[in-house]
Amino acid sequence: MALSAKDVEHVALLSRLELGPEETRKFTDELTKIFTYVEQLDQLDVSGVPPTAHPLPMKDVFREDVVRTPLSNSEALSNAPEKEDGCFRVPQIV
Amino acid sequence: MSLHTAHALASQLADGTTTAVALANEYLERIARTEPTLHSFVTVMRAEALAAAEASDARRAAGKPLSRFDGVPIAIKDNMITRGTRTTCSSRILENFVPPYDGTVVGKLRAAGLVPIGKTNLDEFAMGSSTENSAFGRSKNPWNPDLVPGGSSGGSATCVAGGQAPWSLGSDTGGSIRQPASFCGLVGFKPTYGRVSRYGLVAFASSLDQIGPMTLDVEDTAELLSIISGHDPLDSTSANIAVPDYAAELREGSLAGKRIARPREFFTGEGMDPEVTAIVEATTEKLRSLGAEIVDVSMPHLQYSVSCYYLVATAEASSNLARFDGAQYGFRAADTKNIVEMFSRTRAQGFGPEVKRRIMIGTHALSAGFYDAFYVKALKVRTLIKQDYDKALAQADLILAPTSPFPAFAAGARSADPLAMYLCDIFTLSLNLAGYCGLNLPAGYTSAGLPVGIQLFAGAFEETKLLQAAWQLEQSIGVVGTRVPALASV
Repeated sequence: MALSAKDVEHVALLSRLELGPEETRKFTDELTKIFTYVEQLDQLDVSGVPPTAHPLPMKDVFREDVVRTPLSNSEALSNAPEKEDGCFRVPQIV
Repeated sequence: MSLHTAHALASQLADGTTTAVALANEYLERIARTEPTLHSFVTVMRAEALAAAEASDARRAAGKPLSRFDGVPIAIKDNMITRGTRTTCSSRILENFVPPYDGTVVGKLRAAGLVPIGKTNLDEFAMGSSTENSAFGRSKNPWNPDLVPGGSSGGSATCVAGGQAPWSLGSDTGGSIRQPASFCGLVGFKPTYGRVSRYGLVAFASSLDQIGPMTLDVEDTAELLSIISGHDPLDSTSANIAVPDYAAELREGSLAGKRIARPREFFTGEGMDPEVTAIVEATTEKLRSLGAEIVDVSMPHLQYSVSCYYLVATAEASSNLARFDGAQYGFRAADTKNIVEMFSRTRAQGFGPEVKRRIMIGTHALSAGFYDAFYVKALKVRTLIKQDYDKALAQADLILAPTSPFPAFAAGARSADPLAMYLCDIFTLSLNLAGYCGLNLPAGYTSAGLPVGIQLFAGAFEETKLLQAAWQLEQSIGVVGTRVPALASV
């Protein structure tokens, strides 16, 4: 399938990736090529085939609900780009 | 210079002919000498390695080594988090990230007394087949530095083949251990999904990722696999199945009477380097001469594995990499006005082109209106691919496959065309989709002297059977130690 520059801009917004015009143009070409290639899957009739999201037949995995020592506040903040009063500091949200 | 296996070093440590500190110094000195050429490492852990080696020698002197391998150095792919040592995933976005805790597998290495010597280079976030996608420069193939070492675990391959570490850990999402092992002449092992904990492995595609050994011989792979395997309450996808002593059982197998499937879709010759074909054919004959029965099988959905994989893996990656937003750790773009601008600009400046491309592919495949046509469809094809494996393994003990259609290629030869790079992985991807175990075994050399490997696959948790067969074949091929890469003899 062919993607337009507008499609790519939409995907970039969903992906939270700021793209320049040159990048948008390049991704439009590359994504078109890749999504055209994967259309080979349309050759297969998959009606009635269950999806496999996970390779092992596992479900409802539980562990004991015990208290463990968490990271300390200072350890949790040790890589923070900005912090204040024991919290992560970020630009205005609303 | 000859290359030393970890089990040989363990014997030297046991009989007192070397010490952990002597080994650490030896490898650190080789790293200092050869790293400008090979560029295997993002971070060399000089001080940490020497301190760990001193502690190891003290334990051994007290008669209390933590394991047979206490004091043996090891290199770790830089997507496994190491407490106190930066973990970058070869990405600008994590360039200065210093984890406050160890991943489970790293903890297991330390508990066995192994000495982490450095964090190895990779394609950014393990996305690539050549290690050219690293934000910190490409690693070079020790057999010829103009060539790529494969990827994404390229640095973990070059450091072992180049004599900078006796063994290493890589991670394999679609061939990232096996393909560089083939390009550099190593044994590279992808365990069954769930065999090894993924806790502390920076997630790329959570239903496909597995950590595994990269070593000079099958025995070292068996030893390292026993060290890193096992159930982990911190990874709900890790399997609660007992871990055998793989090395102890290594010599107990036999290829006589074993049935080995050759999927004809892997042997059409199309797109294959004729020298690689010749080596795979010679290996087939070798297996026959060892008493194995070669079974012709058809796995008709293998031809869809590239399409299936690049939808499933990118979809999972687009969600996993959402966490890199500049809020809690890692790089943050400067001077942004609001939170969305901070996220978008941080990610634009922090991620390289291949990572952005895959996030975009995965986001599109998961987005409203395309989810069923791309993502769900790929999951259904994944079922068909897995069924192909189950049918083949119902008729045979193991599956034989090439590892790569060609030997190591020149840097830059494929990087301009993403699809051409994705097609490198045509023989390795399907194993991760099925979730089963497999390895690359060095099988021969091209006329230009480049190593070529083959793959053997086995079913879920059949690591013992796979390693036994690989060991028998290795004894017969006798590749290990017969040649040493040019750059390992520097």
